[in-house]
Amino acid sequence: MSETRVMGQPLTRLEGERKVTGRAPYAYEHPLTDPLYLHPVLSTVPRGRLTGVDASAAEALAGVRAVLTPYNAERLAGAGDGEFAVLQSEEVSFHGQFVAAVVADTPETAREAAALVRVEYARAPHDVVLTADHERLYRPVGEDDEGPASDTEEGEVEAALERAEVVVDQTYRTPTEHNNPMEPHTTVAVWEEEPGRLTLYDSTQGVHVVRASVAGVFGLDPERVRVVAPHVGGGFGSKGEAHAHDVLAAMAARVLPGRPVKFALTRQHMFSLVGYRTPTIQRVRLGADRRGRLDVVVHESVEQTSTVQEFTENSAMCSRWMYAAPHRRTRHRMAALDVPVNFWMRAPGEAPGMYALESAMDELAQACGVDPVELRVRNEPERDPQSGAPWSDRQLVRCLREGAERFGWYGRDPSPRARREGDWWVGTGVAAASYPHLYNPGSVAVVRYGGEGVYEVSIGAVDIGTGAWTALTQIAADALGVSVSRVRLRIGDTDLPSASVAGGSSGTSSWGTAIVAAARAFAAEHGGAPAPGAVARASAGEDTVDEGYAVYSFGAHFAEVAVHADTGEVRVPRMYGLFSVGRVVNPRMVRSQFLGGMVMGLSMALHEQSFRDPRYGHVANGDFAEYHVATNADVRDLRAEWLEGEDPRATPMGSRGVGEIGVVGTAAAVANAVYHATGVRVRDLPITLDTLVR
Amino acid sequence: MEATITLRVDGEKHELTVDTRTTLLDALRDRLGVTSPKKGCDHGQCGACTVLVEGRRVLSCLTFAVAQEEAEVTTAAGLAGEGELHPVARAFVDNDGFQCGYCTPGQVCSAVGMLREAAEGWPSHVSGDLEGPVRLDDEEIRERMSGNLCRCGAYANIVAAIREAAE
Repeated sequence: MSETRVMGQPLTRLEGERKVTGRAPYAYEHPLTDPLYLHPVLSTVPRGRLTGVDASAAEALAGVRAVLTPYNAERLAGAGDGEFAVLQSEEVSFHGQFVAAVVADTPETAREAAALVRVEYARAPHDVVLTADHERLYRPVGEDDEGPASDTEEGEVEAALERAEVVVDQTYRTPTEHNNPMEPHTTVAVWEEEPGRLTLYDSTQGVHVVRASVAGVFGLDPERVRVVAPHVGGGFGSKGEAHAHDVLAAMAARVLPGRPVKFALTRQHMFSLVGYRTPTIQRVRLGADRRGRLDVVVHESVEQTSTVQEFTENSAMCSRWMYAAPHRRTRHRMAALDVPVNFWMRAPGEAPGMYALESAMDELAQACGVDPVELRVRNEPERDPQSGAPWSDRQLVRCLREGAERFGWYGRDPSPRARREGDWWVGTGVAAASYPHLYNPGSVAVVRYGGEGVYEVSIGAVDIGTGAWTALTQIAADALGVSVSRVRLRIGDTDLPSASVAGGSSGTSSWGTAIVAAARAFAAEHGGAPAPGAVARASAGEDTVDEGYAVYSFGAHFAEVAVHADTGEVRVPRMYGLFSVGRVVNPRMVRSQFLGGMVMGLSMALHEQSFRDPRYGHVANGDFAEYHVATNADVRDLRAEWLEGEDPRATPMGSRGVGEIGVVGTAAAVANAVYHATGVRVRDLPITLDTLVR
Repeated sequence: MEATITLRVDGEKHELTVDTRTTLLDALRDRLGVTSPKKGCDHGQCGACTVLVEGRRVLSCLTFAVAQEEAEVTTAAGLAGEGELHPVARAFVDNDGFQCGYCTPGQVCSAVGMLREAAEGWPSHVSGDLEGPVRLDDEEIRERMSGNLCRCGAYANIVAAIREAAE
């Protein structure tokens, strides 16, 4: 784009006033007449079959309108056998699966009636515990399958490890983690029998994604399904697709035509029904010379998925591009267990993977006696080790070195357990961050001139808190060559043109590219003096990313921790991140994205862990009292900055994604700082007091 | 069992009949259409439902509607008059103290209530001195706001917003 007058300005959020007063409507909050309320019944065994559902007491309760069970629910021709096959059989595949649902006049009645539904099971043996040598491990992606390979192999890995002067061979574990956006997943479904039209007010990262899935499940023409989501209370991946609750809400609505059926999951429901991050067991082997130059990198990850539906967390993938080494192997192995369906959680793959790799790099630095910043610089690849392509804009070395200066890294005593301040052991740690530039072609934008200098820009994108309302308006203003006040953005509705998901840090890249294309088409078709009502539409092309280059974002995290000498309590007084993401469309909101990712990384390092009870297969700590996330008091001096730049090979805006890189590597920086403070190397997240007290 | 009660919300009086199990939060959201307070956990663990009752911050999911008969309930929507923002809300916008916005009305109400608590000299866990006036530094703000979770991780900006509003 030639002129960037509006991009780069730190505008406050255009919807800000509506959010701070609570007037911005989320899925549950659209004013609808005479709603009904759904409360589900969840399976209480991890595997088996229903042998009967007695709904008589529930049905007898005044105010109950319907009880759905596998014995009366409609057959869904397009549901397949994955997570959308709601109430389609007696089979129970995990604890916390939908086995019935009540719809009633009030939420209190629905909940009471759900508790009255009697469900009998024939239990079957189950397995919910992932182990490194699980007998059901398999390779998730075959040689002929599409998508990223599960395994890569270059050079002579074992021989290189044999002859390496220094070897790090360690296994790192990350636990089950749940996304837990603040707004519980919610679907309000309305079915109008004539003409057969389904409307979903949904809490989702992609209205068009949900429409495609739900239309397919019910065998409806997508034009007869409308999904509305003007504001969404976070997602972090868990709202990146429709889930079973969308299907259940729609099924209930089809039983009660004309009545809106409101279904807000409880916080507890969210621990079995909307995805989570698999636990990982990652063995990393690094072989290097005494100066820390890598000759071999091996990264092997063992993960779980569900029997219902497969999802692969590509944890070892980061080791395909991070560092130079002639001998490299990455592998993913999975076991399908009797557990809920796992799915995206912020930086799926990179978040756990970079925790392992960047912890191992710190161990290598220690083993070689090389500064951890310098060690990474020594292993900087000139080209992408994976493809051999040149980098579009790899700024890792600058992020590390300038970040180290700005953080005050240099001059530290590298030996562990060297700095004591009162009752606290103090240490510092560093880790690299990286995230690929992801771009989804095909999003469509429409520009319409409304007269009097005002343009309406429409695209079925979603703002989940990323700032899309504001950032897309800024992109449109520059693309049209007008001020922000001349742009009326419309998003969050399938009545608007098709757009890809807000996921993989791809939203602004994908939608912005479509908006720029539509603005160019408008100028070409209507020139500089358009007539009111003039319209142009365009889609984001397949070829806007320069395929000749490896396009990634990079960054560096620095953390200072203090560990209490007697109790093992970990505090993080300082965190600093320096990133390179191409052009920054809105500095105020990009900074917030970085900070937010870093807070989630801090939370991953110190707090987050879902305990799955091996006897019953449920998460035993499934609420905010026991699944701990970082609170305000956990976050102290937290700063994020970035290198000014632009990457026109990535997008016409020169920007790359920013949503996920903040969470990548953060946990390693904290763990490495804990090692520096205490001399205790924790390879099993989260880092809890018991591992640090000796 | 049902009961007919009067709720005073953001300066408006409502008479309504509720199931006695109805929480204040559900009465506001489902019965009165006042959706400014949000439901994040329904167990008093997240703070998204925070409102002011007689000026004090209250988790509206942990109190029954029937227990608030005639009490003055203020939500984030009612903190300021028409067309203007409360200074705390304004500072949240200016400091980008939120992203998705779902916890935000609760954060804003909590901050307003907290500032009054501090002004009245209530000590917190991190107060060095249990007597005398509270010096509301960042550590005090963080501690006193830790009942309001923000999964987007806007804490640093929330503290900056409250610091600014308190000045």
